[in-house]
Amino acid sequence: MELQIEDSILVKNYVGGDEKALEVLINRHNQKISSFIYSKVLDRDITEDIFQDTFIKVIKTLKRGSYSEEGKFLPWVMRIAHNLIIDHFRKNKRMPKFEGSEDFNIFSVIRDEKLNVEKQMIKDQIDSDLTYLIEELPDDQKEVLVMRIYKDMSFKEIAENTDVSINTALGRMRYALINLRKIVQRNNIVLTN
Amino acid sequence: MEEIYSEAPKICKITKAKPETISFLLAFSKSYQVAKYKNLKFERTLN
Repeated sequence: MELQIEDSILVKNYVGGDEKALEVLINRHNQKISSFIYSKVLDRDITEDIFQDTFIKVIKTLKRGSYSEEGKFLPWVMRIAHNLIIDHFRKNKRMPKFEGSEDFNIFSVIRDEKLNVEKQMIKDQIDSDLTYLIEELPDDQKEVLVMRIYKDMSFKEIAENTDVSINTALGRMRYALINLRKIVQRNNIVLTN
Repeated sequence: MEEIYSEAPKICKITKAKPETISFLLAFSKSYQVAKYKNLKFERTLN
């Protein structure tokens, strides 16, 4: 039968400079502490992190001589682990982490709305082509279209600025669009992205 | 042959910290020192 040295003696030896004592302590309680952490966080990597932080705290406290053998070693380490688990959840509450699983990836739903370089170049090309096409329109239609699309004016404002009724402004806009489509078709221009 | 529809019971995996973590902790312990001067304590980590 293997003779087991008590935790309190190992702690004393460790504080006295016996590094081997720490190894015995860690190996002895590894499973209990790891399982305890894992039962709360349910993640292997986080368990590993918290286990490591727990023992860093243990090492620092013991080496500083701040540990008093009031209770037992294991409950004390468990309490440290428990506090670190609470810290972990507090931190995650402030900054929740979302991880996709194998059958659901968040990036298939959310994506960057910005156009990529290629699409941006195509869009710029279409925009510049369109300005040439607008030049082909009769002046009254061109005026309304430019005010509506490029200057973002309402039809009421357009009507006031061009001294016509709102209905006339609306009609001119309608004809402007019809004529633009005709020009596009006539010249076999492709304006889609 | 009959199909078995019952789910396999969840096997409780024994969790243990990895040997790498333990060796890191032991190395940290060796490098971590506290120097005392009068009432002050200084921490230092040797490389």
